Amino acid sequence: MKYNILNKTKVDQFLEEVGKKCAVWGPKKDADQVAFDSIKDAKEMHLDGYMNTSMSPKNLFFPQSETMLYFNKSGEDANIYREVEKKPAAKAVFGIRPCDGAAFALLDKIFKNDQYTDTYWFEKRDAATLIGLGCNNPCSTCFCTSVNSHPFDEKGLDVLASDLGDRYLLKILTDKGAKLLDGVTSLDDAKDADISGQEALSKKASDSITARLSQDRIKEKSVLELYNADCWSRIQESCLNCGTCTFVCPTCHCFDIQDELFRDGGVRIRNWDSCMSWLFTIHATGHNPRPSRKERVRQRFMHKFKYIPVKRDGDIGCVGCGRCVNLCPVNIDIREVVQEMNASK
Amino acid sequence: MKNPYIPYPVRVEQTVIETEDRNIKSFRLVFLSEKDRKAFDYIPGQFAQLSIVGKGEIPIGIASSPTEGDHLLFTVNKVGLVTTALHNLYEGDLMGVRGPLGNYYPFERMKGKDVIVIGGGYAFTTLRSTIVYMLDKKNRADYGRITLIYGARTPGMLLYRDTLAEWSKRDDLDYHVTVDREFPGWTGRVGFVPAVTEQVAPASKNAIAIICGPPIMIKFTLPVMTKLGFTPEQTVMSLENRMKCGIGICGRCNVGPEYVCKDGPVFTLAQLKDMPQEY
Amino acid sequence: MQKRTEKIKEIAKRLLEEKKVDLVLGHRKGSIVLKNAPYFAYTPQEADRLIWDGNCRNNPANFLIPYKDNRVAIVAQGCVSRNVVGLISENQVKRENLYIIGVPCLGMLSPEKVAAASPGNITEIKEDNEKVVITTNGSSVTQAREALIRDNCTQCTHRNPVLYDELVAETVKEQDIPDRYAYLSEIEKLSPEERAGYIDNVFKNCIRCYACRDACPICYCPECFVDKFSPQWCGKSIDSTDVLSYHLIRAFHTAGRCTECGACEDACPMGIKVRMITSKPEKDVKENYEGYEAWLSLEAKPPLLTFKLDDPQPFIK
Repeated sequence: MKYNILNKTKVDQFLEEVGKKCAVWGPKKDADQVAFDSIKDAKEMHLDGYMNTSMSPKNLFFPQSETMLYFNKSGEDANIYREVEKKPAAKAVFGIRPCDGAAFALLDKIFKNDQYTDTYWFEKRDAATLIGLGCNNPCSTCFCTSVNSHPFDEKGLDVLASDLGDRYLLKILTDKGAKLLDGVTSLDDAKDADISGQEALSKKASDSITARLSQDRIKEKSVLELYNADCWSRIQESCLNCGTCTFVCPTCHCFDIQDELFRDGGVRIRNWDSCMSWLFTIHATGHNPRPSRKERVRQRFMHKFKYIPVKRDGDIGCVGCGRCVNLCPVNIDIREVVQEMNASK
Repeated sequence: MKNPYIPYPVRVEQTVIETEDRNIKSFRLVFLSEKDRKAFDYIPGQFAQLSIVGKGEIPIGIASSPTEGDHLLFTVNKVGLVTTALHNLYEGDLMGVRGPLGNYYPFERMKGKDVIVIGGGYAFTTLRSTIVYMLDKKNRADYGRITLIYGARTPGMLLYRDTLAEWSKRDDLDYHVTVDREFPGWTGRVGFVPAVTEQVAPASKNAIAIICGPPIMIKFTLPVMTKLGFTPEQTVMSLENRMKCGIGICGRCNVGPEYVCKDGPVFTLAQLKDMPQEY
Repeated sequence: MQKRTEKIKEIAKRLLEEKKVDLVLGHRKGSIVLKNAPYFAYTPQEADRLIWDGNCRNNPANFLIPYKDNRVAIVAQGCVSRNVVGLISENQVKRENLYIIGVPCLGMLSPEKVAAASPGNITEIKEDNEKVVITTNGSSVTQAREALIRDNCTQCTHRNPVLYDELVAETVKEQDIPDRYAYLSEIEKLSPEERAGYIDNVFKNCIRCYACRDACPICYCPECFVDKFSPQWCGKSIDSTDVLSYHLIRAFHTAGRCTECGACEDACPMGIKVRMITSKPEKDVKENYEGYEAWLSLEAKPPLLTFKLDDPQPFIK
C-alpha cells in the first residue's frame, strides 16, 4: 500500500510501534529554539504552531563538529591516523519539511561524486528514515516554489505525511520508508477522498507562496557576466560577513578540517566553515583570492544560483526555506538579491 | 564505503635541501604497506595531501614520476604551520599521504605533439614529474620535440640541480635553464622566463605548452605564448588554491563552478578564460 | 517616530544635495516585518528610504571604518553616538569627516516581546511614541510601547546623543534607573563553579557564527584573536571550552568600551543573551574607575586604555 492513514488519536501508539524498531526523533521546543531531538511520545513534540526548526536539520548527518580520525603520538601505531569507530544508531525522524528534504537530496549528490563518497555523511544518512511533513501554511518568507520545490515535495524523504486535520495521510516514497511502516498496526487504509484532499491542500499551499523569483536571465548569462555584474557593490555594503546565513542554511556544506592535540595524541576533526570568513580562501603566502567582502558575498549567491546549477544540470543550490531571510542580522534578503542578479547588467 | 579522508602512512626515507635559502626541501617518501603503494597509482600533474599528526594537511604537487619506482617525491616550501613541521621531520619519521588527487596533464592529447614545458621558481615540481615521465624509455617515442624552459632567481634557487645537469646532456630534450641575472660561476642562460621563452621561440604548430610559475611570471609569459601562435586550447596550466578535503566535497577551493582539487588543478587557458579569477 | 523619520530624511537630502557628505548611514525598512536593514544613501533620492522606528536595532557605527576617508553622515541615537565617539578616540575615524545626525531615542522594540504579546504570524506593526499596534492573522492588538522595549533599552540612561552636529527632535528625558545592572545580581550571587555552569548554559546554543562580533562596532580588529591560526589561540569546534574561550575573551576585550547598544544580542541567530557576560565587565569598570561609562565624551579615555598612578590595584598584595 503506497498510502496509509494515521489518525491523530493513534499517534502515541504509532510512535511506540516505530520506537520498537529504532529511535524516534521529532521537533522539540526549548525556549524559542526548535530542533529535532529524540522523543518518547507525541506530547514531547512541538507540533502546534510548528513551522520549521531554527537551525536546518543538516546537523543530523553533518554535525557542526565531528571527529573524523584519531592518532597517538607514542606507542606502536604512533603518528598513524586511524578511523574513529562509530556505528550511528538507526532513527526515524518525524516532521522534516519538504524544503529540508530537498536539501538532503542535493547534499546526497554533493557528498558523493564519481570518485569519492563522504562516509561520515552517508553512514548517518543511511541509518535514518525521514518522515516529512508537508506545509499546510507556508511562512511568508518561504519561496520553495521558485527553486524547483514546493510545500509537499517528496525529494530526499522516505515517507511524506500530510496533515488532513484529524489525521495524517502517509505516502511511502522509498524502500526504507516501506520497511519502517511494515507491520505497524496503528495505520489504516487511505481512501481516494484522502488523497484528493491532500492534493487540494498541496495546491492551496503552493498558491499561497507569493514570492516568485525570476531566474531566466541568470540561466542565460554566463558565469563571468554575472560575476562582473554591477549589482554586487551595493548588495555587499551592509553584510557583516558573519556566518549566520551559511550555518542556518540547509544546503550550505562547506567545512574545515583541523588537527587537535591533547595529552599523548589527538584527533582530526571537521567543523562547519563559511565562505563569509576571510580565512576561508587565504593562501599560506598571505595571498587571498577573495580579499574583500564583495568577493565573499558574491561567492555565496553565485554558488547557490549559478555555480551549482551549471555544475549539476540545473539543480539550484537553495531550497527556499527562508531561514537566512529571517535570521540575517542586517536583513540581506536572498529573494531581493536573486532579483537583482536577474536584472543586472 | 571507503573512507576517503584517511591518509596512507609513509616513512620519510630522505630529505634534501633544494635551495640555498634552505626554505625548500624535497622529501622522498616510501609507503609502509605494499597495498597502499599499489593503490597510489598516479599520473604527473596530480597532487597529494601531506599530513603531519597534530598539525594538519597540505596539498602538494607530486614531483616524482611513476616511472621512477616505488617512492614518492615532494618538494615543499616552508611557509606555514604544516610546512614548518614537515621541514622539521627527520629521516625515518612517519607522516601521512592522501591521494593521488586531482586531474593530470593531458598526456593523451600531448601524444604525437611537441611539448613545451615552462616553469619558474618552485612551481617546477609537477613539471619535473612530467619531464621524467616523458623522457622515460617506455614513453619517449610518444612525444615529439620536448623543450624545457625553467628559470629561478639565482642558480642556488634552482630545484633538482643534479637532475637538471643530467638533462642538459641529453639530445632528446631542448634544454634552456636560466637565472634572472648574471651570477658568478653561472655559465648558463641569463634572463627572465618570459624573455627566454620569446628568444627560444618554440614552434606552436602541433604543440602543447605547460606553464607553471609564480603569478608574475605567468602574467608576462602568456602574451609571449599568444605572440608565438599558441591558442588557449594549446596552453595548459596548473592552479593552486587553499584546500582541505582535496576530493571536491568541502567546497573551499572553487573557482566559479569548478573545484581546483577535483576538476583541476590542471586547466587549459581556454577553460580559465571563462572562469572568475579567484585563485 | 514619523516626525523623526521626516527630519532625518530632510537633513540627509540637504547634506547630499549640498554635497557636504558622500553618503548617509542609517536604516531603511526591511523586507520582513520587525526588521530594518542598515542603509547607505548616496543620493537625495536614496535618502528618501531612510527610516527611524523601533526596528533600527543595528548599530550603523559598525560600518564607519571602511569609509573613514569619505565624508559620512550617520544617524545616531545615544548608544550609537557613543560608539562614534569611541571610534574617533581610538583613531579609527576622523571627526572632521563625520556629520552626526543626532536622534533622541525612545528605545527599540524587542521582537521577542512583540511575538510573545501576539503569537502567530505577524503581518504588520504600527508604532508611535506611546503604543504599538500588532496585526497577527488578521486581528490587531495594541500594546504600550514601554512594555515591548528590548532589555538593554529598558536600562538605558543615555538615550540622547552625546556628540552630534544636528538633532532631529527635542532631547528626551533620561530614564532614572537607580541600579542599571540589577539584572546581573542573578549571576553575581553564584559561586565561581555555579557561574561557570550558568554561563555555559547561556551559550549552549552558540554556533560560532561570530554575528555578535561582526555586528559590534568596537570589534574592528582586522585579525581577530579567534581567527588567528599561527598560533591558534582558540579552538573552532562547538565544544563548550572552545565556545566559552571565544566569548569570555571577547567580553574582556570590550570591557570599558561597550555602550550596551544591544547589536550583539539582536544579531545572534540563536537568541543568546550575549550581554550577560559583556555587562559585568562594564559594571566592574564603572565601580572601580570612578563611575566611568564608555565614550560619553571625546576627552575621557577608558580606564583600560590608559594608566594613572592612583589606579586601584587591590590584586597587588
